[in-house]
Amino acid sequence: MSVNRMFRTCPASGLAFHEPAEKLMRWNAVAAVVSLLVGGILAIGVVLTRWQAVHLLPADLFYQVLTAHGLNMLVFWIIFFEIAVLYFAASTLLRCRLATPGMAWAGFWLMVIGALVNNYAVFRGDSSVMFTAYAPMGAHPTFYLGLILFAVGALIACFVFFGTLVVGKAERTYNGSIPLVTFGAVTAAIIAVFTIASGAIILIPTFLWSVGLIEHIDSLMYKTVFWAFGHSSQQINVSAHVAVWYAVAAIVFGAKPMSEKVSRGAFFLYILFLQLASAHHLLADPGLTSSWKIFNTSYAMYLAVLASMVHGLTVPGSIEVAQRNKGYTQGLFQWLRKAPWGNPVFSAMFISLIGFGFLGGISGVMMGTEQLNLIIHNTIYVPGHFHATVVIGTTLAFMGLTYFLIPVMFRRELMFPTMAKFQPYVFGLAMSGVALFLMGAGTLGVPRRHWDIGFAGNAFPYEFPGAAWLMMALAGISGLVAIVGGGMYLLITVGSVFLGKKIETPGFQHVRAAQGVAGAAPLQPVAAAVTGHGSAGMMAPGTFVLAMVFLTSFILYYFINWKYLATVWPLK
Amino acid sequence: MSAILPPSERVWWKQPLERTELVWIVIALVWCLIMFFMMPYWHIYGQQNLSNEAYRAKPEDFMNKTQAMVDKYKVREEGPDNLKVPVVRPPAGSDVYLVARLWSWFPLLELEAGKSYRIHLMSMDWLHGFSLQPENINIQVHPGYEHVLTVTPTSPGTYSVICNEYCGVNHHTMTSRIYVVKQGT
Repeated sequence: MSVNRMFRTCPASGLAFHEPAEKLMRWNAVAAVVSLLVGGILAIGVVLTRWQAVHLLPADLFYQVLTAHGLNMLVFWIIFFEIAVLYFAASTLLRCRLATPGMAWAGFWLMVIGALVNNYAVFRGDSSVMFTAYAPMGAHPTFYLGLILFAVGALIACFVFFGTLVVGKAERTYNGSIPLVTFGAVTAAIIAVFTIASGAIILIPTFLWSVGLIEHIDSLMYKTVFWAFGHSSQQINVSAHVAVWYAVAAIVFGAKPMSEKVSRGAFFLYILFLQLASAHHLLADPGLTSSWKIFNTSYAMYLAVLASMVHGLTVPGSIEVAQRNKGYTQGLFQWLRKAPWGNPVFSAMFISLIGFGFLGGISGVMMGTEQLNLIIHNTIYVPGHFHATVVIGTTLAFMGLTYFLIPVMFRRELMFPTMAKFQPYVFGLAMSGVALFLMGAGTLGVPRRHWDIGFAGNAFPYEFPGAAWLMMALAGISGLVAIVGGGMYLLITVGSVFLGKKIETPGFQHVRAAQGVAGAAPLQPVAAAVTGHGSAGMMAPGTFVLAMVFLTSFILYYFINWKYLATVWPLK
Repeated sequence: MSAILPPSERVWWKQPLERTELVWIVIALVWCLIMFFMMPYWHIYGQQNLSNEAYRAKPEDFMNKTQAMVDKYKVREEGPDNLKVPVVRPPAGSDVYLVARLWSWFPLLELEAGKSYRIHLMSMDWLHGFSLQPENINIQVHPGYEHVLTVTPTSPGTYSVICNEYCGVNHHTMTSRIYVVKQGT
């Protein structure tokens, strides 16, 4: 076997990189950043058109640009980056060679071709069908073909990841259980396999329908199976970015999970229940019973929400414990005040955590409640919600991880370090503005995916309240600032990777590892249990207080919406 | 030692739970259960629940039923000269048909406040979204599925129906009205 057994140990972080895996991670990350660039440019068109005072693009171009923005951001940027995260969590963290790098490259190129083919379909102009592409509205066959090719490539990458776990186990590259971050990546990969299978079940028939081989696609069937793909792919994002949160806590603070059992149990709940959440896209649809909706959209009694609430506590909790052990023990929040707020790896992760929980999480559960969905469904509240989950949550977490990986993996110093310091704040806060203002407009009834809420020239126009117009304008301004924040990220990453100062370590040599094993890190001596630094019998009292603030906002907001629902026309 | 290394305790599943986590898990679980039970609770005690009544139907049949209702209960026509749309005032408690199609709603409705109507919603072609403003009630409309809801308008006024499921390039032009009048007028 001519397997490349070259490993490189990063002198700064001590991480062992398998060279073929490292190259794959880099290329996947580059493809991700290119998709982000395309999606970001398209975002300018979306923002400036929905801001009614500017209303930049004509209707057909707006719908086309919106379709391409959604696909490049939600699918291509995030999944390319996630593949890099999977390889990192398997090969690098287990200090193990990547299984079948050749297959991994085949998967990568399939994904690239798929992304190009899909973009080609949208830029042709006859496939402005949005990310959802609800049949019987049809797109050009290459639209579906591109998505199918991309999904097959991603599936191959998942199996390379699983293969690498097998290799690591067989070659004993680590002792005991896999690290928590790898466990989170396993969760993401398992959900990905389910997601891609659902995608195949619906996209392959729809492709055949688009070329005329199948006569009819039922709209409700399409919508139901589509969301087993469309929403589950968001669950991959959740699992992946929660894993990234734990990784950043470990990298920046050396934080140890408060309890392996709890954190892993929460990931396990994701595997069992998270995909049921896909059903909340069907709450306002006919033909499905209320009991089916209630069971599924509550993710079987909200056991997956419980899991997210657990991660939301254990990630900052583990940071608090690590900080208290370093001596930041005063009061409830000294550990947080003394956190490295100028380090973009940390600040991006922490804003991601707060934004995902307070904005994305609370709004998501509210929308996913059967009856409350009636006052929210398909309004611009929905994009408000998912810009909090996928952009503040996932994208910002990935941005933070990038700042760590540029010196470690690309061996370059960060360019524009001052700009990098501010980037998570600019992007995170502006995007929080986008999310909040869109939610506000949605509460006032503004529809999503809509070219003109002024209804100029309509026979029966509706006049939205002035507050709705104001909200859309504020969302537009925040959106522009967020695009600037995204541009800063692109400038820093692209600049650093191509032009950044090379990091050279004198006397550095590649390690040729015997039998493809980099050598397991010795088992760390068990740290003495620290109990003396907390208060009220708790190791992380500050985090607990934050969690109670979160819970209070959650409860208030939840019942305010029930109260609002109770005022609309009775229906049954 | 940390989340990116294997657990330092080999038998990590036997480590006792720390109090912060334990208390939080219990609180979070209780809250999750409350949220779960709110939904069945609202089905029993709440006024706003989506109906479970839906039938598979052919677009032609649904259009015929709608046309029959329009012929029977039409009170006037509205709209620009080349695009007159009938306004229908069906009796309280009756079956009211509302067609969604590219890119209009058919017909306009006039309902009495405080009375209940069985509204049938269906699309003739693609997916559409029934969005009643400023109430902000939003319901998905499918082709081939006739959805029957009992609706009770509360206060008189002019309400708008807009489409909020993207349905192609003229999606934003798909608007209509529901007039709600005082009882007995």
